[in-house]
Amino acid sequence: MSTSNFTRRGVLKSGAIAGAGVALPTIFTASSAAAYMNEPTGSTVTFGFNVPQTGAYADEGADELRAYELAVEHLNGGGDAGMMNTFSSKALKGNGILGKKVEFVTGDTQTKSDAARASAKSMIEKDGAVMITGGSSSGVAIAVQGLCQEAGVIFMAGLTHSNDTTGKDKKANGFRHFFNGYMSAAALAPVLKNLYGTDRNAYHLTADYTWGWTQEESIAAATEAMGWNTVNKVRTPLASTDFSSYIAPVLNSGADVLVLNHYGGNMVNSLTNAVQFGLRDKVVNGKNFEIVVPLYSRLMAKGAGENVKGIHGSTNWHWSLTDEGSKAFVKSFGEKYGFPPSQAAHTVYCQTMLYADAAERAGTFNPCGIAEALEGFEFDGLGNGPTLYRADDHQCFKDVLVVRGKENPTSEFDLLEVVEVTPRGQVEYAPDHPMFAGGNLGTCNAG
Amino acid sequence: MDAIILQILNGLDKGSAYALIALGLTLIFGTLGVVNFAHGALFMIGAFCAVTLKKLLTLSYFVEDPTKTDFLGKPLKVATPYVQSWFGESAGAAMIDWAVPLAILFSIPVMIGIGFIMERGLIKHFYKRPHADQILVTFGLAIVLQELIKTFYGANPIPTPAPEVFRGSFDFGVMLGFDPNAIIYPYWRMVYFAFSAVIIGAVFAFLQFTTFGMVVRAGMADRETVGLLGINIDKRFTIMFGIAAAVAGMAGVMYAPINSPNYHMGMDFLVLSFVVVVVGGMGSLPGAVLAGFMLGILEAFASMNQIKAIIPGIDQIIIYLVAIIIILTRPRGLMGKKGVMEE
Repeated sequence: MSTSNFTRRGVLKSGAIAGAGVALPTIFTASSAAAYMNEPTGSTVTFGFNVPQTGAYADEGADELRAYELAVEHLNGGGDAGMMNTFSSKALKGNGILGKKVEFVTGDTQTKSDAARASAKSMIEKDGAVMITGGSSSGVAIAVQGLCQEAGVIFMAGLTHSNDTTGKDKKANGFRHFFNGYMSAAALAPVLKNLYGTDRNAYHLTADYTWGWTQEESIAAATEAMGWNTVNKVRTPLASTDFSSYIAPVLNSGADVLVLNHYGGNMVNSLTNAVQFGLRDKVVNGKNFEIVVPLYSRLMAKGAGENVKGIHGSTNWHWSLTDEGSKAFVKSFGEKYGFPPSQAAHTVYCQTMLYADAAERAGTFNPCGIAEALEGFEFDGLGNGPTLYRADDHQCFKDVLVVRGKENPTSEFDLLEVVEVTPRGQVEYAPDHPMFAGGNLGTCNAG
Repeated sequence: MDAIILQILNGLDKGSAYALIALGLTLIFGTLGVVNFAHGALFMIGAFCAVTLKKLLTLSYFVEDPTKTDFLGKPLKVATPYVQSWFGESAGAAMIDWAVPLAILFSIPVMIGIGFIMERGLIKHFYKRPHADQILVTFGLAIVLQELIKTFYGANPIPTPAPEVFRGSFDFGVMLGFDPNAIIYPYWRMVYFAFSAVIIGAVFAFLQFTTFGMVVRAGMADRETVGLLGINIDKRFTIMFGIAAAVAGMAGVMYAPINSPNYHMGMDFLVLSFVVVVVGGMGSLPGAVLAGFMLGILEAFASMNQIKAIIPGIDQIIIYLVAIIIILTRPRGLMGKKGVMEE
């Protein structure tokens, strides 16, 4: 006769013990085996390049991808090593990073926040990307930066110019090499004062989203500080294609300067429309009417054709710079692809190098180690003179270029000329500056 | 007052573009009964006809200039367009300068051909399908066409300026007794308005005064009876599809100097043009033209700072607001006919 020892209480106890036993390895893996999110365990480390491959900024995204591929080639010891030769930090040896070969996956932001977050999430969760980088829009950069903070990976921002990226939306896991609206204004204002005087009436047309708002605020504050009067600030829908009905009121507003806080297709169309309406031939208040485009991009300037001639603006970097770092990068990029790199290409190449260098110096891919290595890091040789990655807000401080549309371009790439290299000291601001207030960097998240 | 006149002028050229696209849309709907959401893509392809002709005319050979260097420090390769070496420097330069008007001639056969292929190759298979199917397939086709254009021409806008003689602007203010520079208007936008008026007039005259047009109008009214008379109405409707494509294409060619063409420009116009067709009355040609100009002018007025100060954001919703009011009060649109899309 057999007897059963099973009781309800015994089954429950055994089940609980067995359940805990089954669960234990998972808990152990998640908390202890991997010290941080996507810790590379093999001979390679994977980066996630999240750029617009479709949509209106696809050409800018394509140039970013070219620069990323070049950076990976240089990091792995290929090519002529580009700016690794001129970079003041000599931690990188051309043998990958910490002995691991660099590989990459790409995502398409489509210049839409939700699509950009989805592609970044996929690269982190499915492809094991240890760092996400890229983009051509502040809205996208802020969205992806937030995601990377939550996920526990580093975000090295691409082309994002809104004050908010390292202002009210700054994050401990996010780092920006590109300049911002405040810096554009600080660099442009003295040049505009010299060119057009202190008695001017400015009319702003502004793209109605985070980047446009912060740039408008920065430019208006800087020009008002030197004596200009702001006649009007008009917000234009981001989807606008024809700006004629926004340009027409400028004619009789008493303004003698039009500031176009537009980027991309908006900038191409609003500038073209303004020139078509004869604004540049107009004399108001006894002065020649002037147009200012505070943020220039060579790729976008190309779309406006001859209309950019003589128009002033600012840019993060330009291929005609003659410092050793810029020359090395232009040579590498130009020989590989047959044309000079854009500012978007330059900034993402620098971001990749800076991340790699930080990992090498920190001796780890742990986001908190990388963040510590980047915070307060002073470097040179990457094309904008001596540069600081400020610890307080993870914003790079470096020289800013004031440029002008070239009168006699020699090629389709030769559209802008550098008017002034504004020294870093002139574009710096306190971490608690009101235009950057409201955010909290927080602490780094390693996943 | 000067601001109002200026916005009326702005509205007229916006309205011209809406009217030309809507005219083609409603023509196709009236004849073939198809809601063609690829019509905006035809406008975009028209603009790229101008870009293509400009590229063809500026095809160049290169000669190294040892006195100048490129960005890598190598001798600069100076481009000389073939047309300048074949026809002389000034004649070649004039051809390049007049690329946009010349592209009108280039675009007509191209657009008729594209229209014919679209209609025979795809759209005719959807005549008897529900309008939702037609919208889906033509919208999909529009996306395919714009992605093709992006593959060949890139995503950035491509500057395609008007001939030198039409650049700059005209001072209407002085003519009307206002201060100089009070009302200035670009020459090319005036050309665009005049061109639109001619094309719209030509389409109406063609339908009104030719035997072909008479048969098409009869077919639009009662397709079955016209068929019973032994007339091949399908063939004529296919030709009308080609003509509608050519109208959209020419509108695109002439629009190229106003805003640099990009692959997405058709989509920017499509939704608004569809609203124009609905407001004008589905299938009504005069309704499309009337609604095109009316909505263009209203949109321009809504962008005035004085109006935006009273109702912020009105410039972004005005067209849809007016469309809702008109459809609520006149469900068939301004000039819609009984029986169209009501079965």
